[in-house]
Amino acid sequence: MSEVRHEARPVTGAPVFAAANPQSPWRLFLRRLLGSAPSRVSLAFLVVLTAAVILVPLCSPYAYDRQDLELIGQPAAPDAAHWFGTDTLGEDSLTRAFYGGRISLIVGLASALVSTLLGTAIGALAGFFGGRVDQWLMRGTDVVLSIPLLPLVLLLSGMFRPGLPLLVLAIGGLTWMATARVVRGQFLSLRELEFVAAARALGAGNGRLILRHILPNAVAPITVSATLAVGSSILLESALSFLGFGVQPPTPTWGNLLNAASPWIGTAPWLALPPGLLIFATVLAVNCLGDGLRDALESKD
Amino acid sequence: MSPAMLLRRLLGAVPLLLAISLLLFTIVHLAPGGPTDVYADNPSVTPQALAQIRIAYGLDQPLPVQYLRWVGAMARGVWGYSIRTGRPVTTEIAERLPASLLLGGTALALSALVALPVGILSAALRRSAVDRALTLLSFAGISIPVFWLALMLQLLFSIRWGLLPAAGYETFGDAGAGDAGLLDRLRHLAMPAAVLSLATIATWSRFLRSSLVDALQQDYVRTAYAKGHSTAGVIIHHALRNALIPVVTIISLDLASLISGAIITETVFAWPGIGRLFVESMDARDYPVLMGLMMLGSVALVLANLGADLVYTVIDPRIRYE
Repeated sequence: MSEVRHEARPVTGAPVFAAANPQSPWRLFLRRLLGSAPSRVSLAFLVVLTAAVILVPLCSPYAYDRQDLELIGQPAAPDAAHWFGTDTLGEDSLTRAFYGGRISLIVGLASALVSTLLGTAIGALAGFFGGRVDQWLMRGTDVVLSIPLLPLVLLLSGMFRPGLPLLVLAIGGLTWMATARVVRGQFLSLRELEFVAAARALGAGNGRLILRHILPNAVAPITVSATLAVGSSILLESALSFLGFGVQPPTPTWGNLLNAASPWIGTAPWLALPPGLLIFATVLAVNCLGDGLRDALESKD
Repeated sequence: MSPAMLLRRLLGAVPLLLAISLLLFTIVHLAPGGPTDVYADNPSVTPQALAQIRIAYGLDQPLPVQYLRWVGAMARGVWGYSIRTGRPVTTEIAERLPASLLLGGTALALSALVALPVGILSAALRRSAVDRALTLLSFAGISIPVFWLALMLQLLFSIRWGLLPAAGYETFGDAGAGDAGLLDRLRHLAMPAAVLSLATIATWSRFLRSSLVDALQQDYVRTAYAKGHSTAGVIIHHALRNALIPVVTIISLDLASLISGAIITETVFAWPGIGRLFVESMDARDYPVLMGLMMLGSVALVLANLGADLVYTVIDPRIRYE
C-alpha cells in the first residue's frame, strides 16, 4: 500500500496526507471509508455519543449525583420523569450512564493512546535496528504476552488502588504487544526499501529515518490497531470496574454502574440496560470503524 | 518436530518462565506494604507481630535471596499457604481446577462445533447477505461485554422464564445420581459455557472464513472444480484442510482470552473454578494463592504456544523450526 506513496514524497518529509488534489490519498481514503455503510453508521454513532456525554449536563434535568430523596432506598421503576428508573440512592439511571460514558470513553481513548505510542516505539526500534535489539524487545513482548491479561490488571489495580491516570497507564502498558508486532513487521520490510537507503545517503540519521521516513509509511496499520485498542480498552476497563477493582464509585463508569446494578438484576433489571447497551454499542461501533479503516487504507486500486 | 527439537523448545521456555516469575515477584514487592499488605489494616496485628511475621516469611532477607527462594520453592511444587484459609495453595487450586477445566473444555468444544460450520458457510457464500449477517454477528460477539451478556441471560432464562439455574455448579441436596446428576450439571453448565465460548466462536469463525476464502482462490481448488467436484466436495476435501492450518495458531492465543473470560464468567455465575478463586483471593489480598494462579496461567499459556507450534509442524510438514 505504501510502495506507491513514498516515491512521490519529497525526502524533506511533508505531512503525509497534505496534498488536496482530487487524487490525493486523503480524499481517496475518505471516499472509501464513508462509502461503506457500517463505517458511516459507526462514525455517526460515535460522534453523537461523544456529543451526548459532553452535553449531558445541558440535556438532562438531573445531576449525576442528585438524589431524589423520595425514591431513595431501593431502585425505582422507570416512569416519565426517570426513563430508566433510579438507583438505590435515588439517582437517575440514564443520566448516570451518560456521565459514566465520560470516564469510560476517556479511559478507553487514553489507554489506547498509551498502548499505541508504546507499541509503535517498541515495534519501530525492534524492526529498524533488528539484530540484538530486536531479539531482546521481542523476548520482552513474549514475556508480557505470556501473562494472562485480566488477572494481571486485576492484581495491579487491587494492590496499587490506582486513580484514573495510573489505571490508564496500567491498561495501556499491558496491551501494546499486538501494535508492536504489527509495527515491527512494517519496519522490517520498509527499512530494506530504496528510499530509506537514499535518505541515509543524503545524511539522515537513525532518528530522522525512523520518524520522518519510515513511520509515515506505517501510519495505516497503526491507525487500525489504535482504533481496535480503543474498543478493547473500554471492555477491559468496564470488566475491571464491574469486578470492583477499576474506577471506584461515586465516580460513575459503565463498568461500576453494572456492578451496582447486578444485585438488582431480578427486581430492577432496567438499571443494567443503559450502561450495558452503551458499552456494547460503543465497542461494536469502534470495531466496525476499525474494520472500515482497514479496508479504506488498504489501497488495492 | 524431532524429539531433540522438542526438548530444545521446552528448555527455551524456562528463561521465559523465569522472566515472568521475576516480573510477578517484582510487582508484589512493589506494592505498598508488600506481601504483608493484608495485615496492615488489621488493628490487632501490632508492629512487633508484623516484624515477626516478616521474619517468619523470610521477608527480612535481601530481595534477590527472597526471589531465588521463592522460585526454587515454586519449581519444587511448594506454593505456600493461603492467607485466607491457611490451607496449602496447591490444595486450594487443585480443588477448584476440575470445575474450570469442565467449563473451559465445554466452551472450547462448543466453539469448534459452532465456528466450523459458520466459517464454512460464510466463506462459501462470501459477499452474500448471509455472509454479511454472520460478519455482523461475529463483530457483536467480540464487542459485547461478557458480564453484561451473562446478567441478561440470567435475567431471561432464570428469573423471567425459569428455564435454567441462575448460578452455581449443581443443585444442593437433590443433585441426584446417574442421568439426573448429569442433566443437573448440564443445566448449570449451559449459560456459563455459552457466554464463555461466544468470543472464541466469533474469532474462530472469522479467521476460518478468511483463510478459507484464501484457499478457495488457489490453483488446486480450480483444478478440483475442473475435475468435476461439487462445491461442497471441494471445500470439505480440498480447501478446508489447508484452511485449518493457520487457525491452529490463534487457538493458543485464545487461551489467554479464555482465562480472562473465565474470571468474569465464573464470578457472575458463581461457578466454583479457579477464576472465581482468583477474585475471592483478590478480595482477601491472598498473595500466595494469587501468585500461584498467575504462574499456573502463565505456564498454561507458554505450553499452549509450544503445543501450537508442535501441532503446526505435524499437520503441515513443510514447516520446520530451525
